[in-house]
Amino acid sequence: MRHRLLKKAGRVGDYLAAAAIMLFALFPVYWVLTTALKPNGEIFTRDPTLFPRELTLEHYKRVLSGVLIPETSFWSFLTNSLLVTLGSVAIAAVFSLLAAVAVARFRFRLRTAFIVLLLVIQMVPIEALIISIFVNFHHLGTATSLPLTGSLLGVLVVYTTVALPITILMMRSFVAAVPRELEEAAAIDGATRWTVFWRILMPLVAPGLVATSIFAFITAWNEFVVAFTFLQSNTTSFTLPISLKYYFGRVTVEWGSIMAASTLLTIPVMVFFLFVQRRMVSGLTMGAVKG
Amino acid sequence: MTRTLDRPGAEVPTPAGQDPPQRRRRRDRTALIPYFLILPALSLLAVVLLWPIVQMVWMSLTDYGLRQLRGEPAEWNNFAHYVSILTDDRFWTIFRNTIVVCLLMVAITMVLGTLVGILMNRLPTWLSTTVGIALMLAWATPVISAAIVHRWLFDARYGLVNATLARLPDWLVGSGWESFNWFNSPGPLFSVLILTVVWQSFPFVAVSVLAGLKSIPGELYEAARVDGAGAWRSFWNVTFPMLRPLFALLLILQIIWDFRIFTQLNILAGGFTNRDVFLLPYYSYQLGFYSTPPNYGLGSAIAVVMTVLVLAITAYYLRVMIRQGETR
Repeated sequence: MRHRLLKKAGRVGDYLAAAAIMLFALFPVYWVLTTALKPNGEIFTRDPTLFPRELTLEHYKRVLSGVLIPETSFWSFLTNSLLVTLGSVAIAAVFSLLAAVAVARFRFRLRTAFIVLLLVIQMVPIEALIISIFVNFHHLGTATSLPLTGSLLGVLVVYTTVALPITILMMRSFVAAVPRELEEAAAIDGATRWTVFWRILMPLVAPGLVATSIFAFITAWNEFVVAFTFLQSNTTSFTLPISLKYYFGRVTVEWGSIMAASTLLTIPVMVFFLFVQRRMVSGLTMGAVKG
Repeated sequence: MTRTLDRPGAEVPTPAGQDPPQRRRRRDRTALIPYFLILPALSLLAVVLLWPIVQMVWMSLTDYGLRQLRGEPAEWNNFAHYVSILTDDRFWTIFRNTIVVCLLMVAITMVLGTLVGILMNRLPTWLSTTVGIALMLAWATPVISAAIVHRWLFDARYGLVNATLARLPDWLVGSGWESFNWFNSPGPLFSVLILTVVWQSFPFVAVSVLAGLKSIPGELYEAARVDGAGAWRSFWNVTFPMLRPLFALLLILQIIWDFRIFTQLNILAGGFTNRDVFLLPYYSYQLGFYSTPPNYGLGSAIAVVMTVLVLAITAYYLRVMIRQGETR
């Protein structure tokens, strides 16, 4: 009897703890959403209301119509973000698939050295390298007259490269999971390397390629430091994350608009996150280390 | 692809000199294929990450500034930057703050994440899934958004936290919260920073621990219970030993991630003016990009210190991974 009562109390305790955790995790998200929908009168007040009394789309309108940053608009930030993100993801996907095939299917002399390089290099924080990457790109840009600093090109190149160690290591495990016998059988039937690659390997690693790409997408989409360093000189090249910083730097902070912009930045990540959440855990704990 | 040799002895060795010349050339070309495959990735890595590592070390040993950026040669300065760092009180304060703040973030994240993972494992599936979704929303929030909303929650005039604290009885929380500025001095600012970082990073630990717990056979806990072990003992005698590798990995990851904190600090500190609230990555960045004139050399010296610290912390983990056959 006593035992059952204790058990019941334990369960109630669990439920309460679960409720507390959910409140802790969700409250800031809720606060972003509601602030974005409150009229300014309710935002700039000394006793904030937990539930908005009045809802308005004013802030979303201001953000989307580009009232806050003159000469540009949310849409140009969105385009910039999509350009660097999708561009770097596409290149990283191709490059890492190639490298993953090399590492998973071939034995070659520099193979171990290459993998060790990937493991070590992803430990080095980009925050430590940012000065020398900037200087390096400045010199490279001068030598080649490519706009590597102050333009989206440089950011795209950095995002691609930073993604590579993790995407190669993730892709490697997907390629290695494809039974070699399948490829051997096809080769015996007279298929060329290319046919084996396109017809046998590609369809089987495609889901892995998608998961890896989404992973790289989220990282690049959210990236701040590199974009902040390379792009801050001109507003037309801003990506979404640094445009948020710009709203923020104004004399009077437009909290409602920042929260609206923040929601718009977050939506794609949330959607993608649903797809890769589980792989995210295994990918991160697999030895692929960069967040 | 079948000609590539994963298994030793899979290919019959041909006696030397008996290969028709054409076949041999083909095989030589085959041997080059993996190099062609890694070439695109390797060249990007070399130019964008490897070379800057070399350059960072070089710059930290020279007076690298605007002139050198324009192309003037940089000159060796006899470790002047390192000497000035090591004798600078400000550097040591920032260094100490970085270590303390990082340790607090890691400790709180690990403990909270583990507790939540254990809790989720005990909950019925529907509730555990619901909690999981809530965690995911915090985890998936872009770092910049997370920083901004915490900046807003703790805003001096209109923030919810100050309003709530002001409304609570004074005997509980003290008074004077109406316009309390959280972002001026190290203590309050670092508290908000730790909260922001923990909020975003404990979900990953929780979900990983949950996945780990599900892999532990239930019989072990039953046996522990039969032996009279309570929750505490069965954690230390069953869960912890079973999940030790996972905990080690999570710990290393959290240390690396928390050591690099930049974005959140940039938002919370609101710029580069208040040096009292700097952390190492931030200090290095400020010297390089926000001091007049830019001091790339000194910034690089601090970056070298950071890199060495991170690599020292991860060396053990790297060795384990390499030995465990991540490279095989």
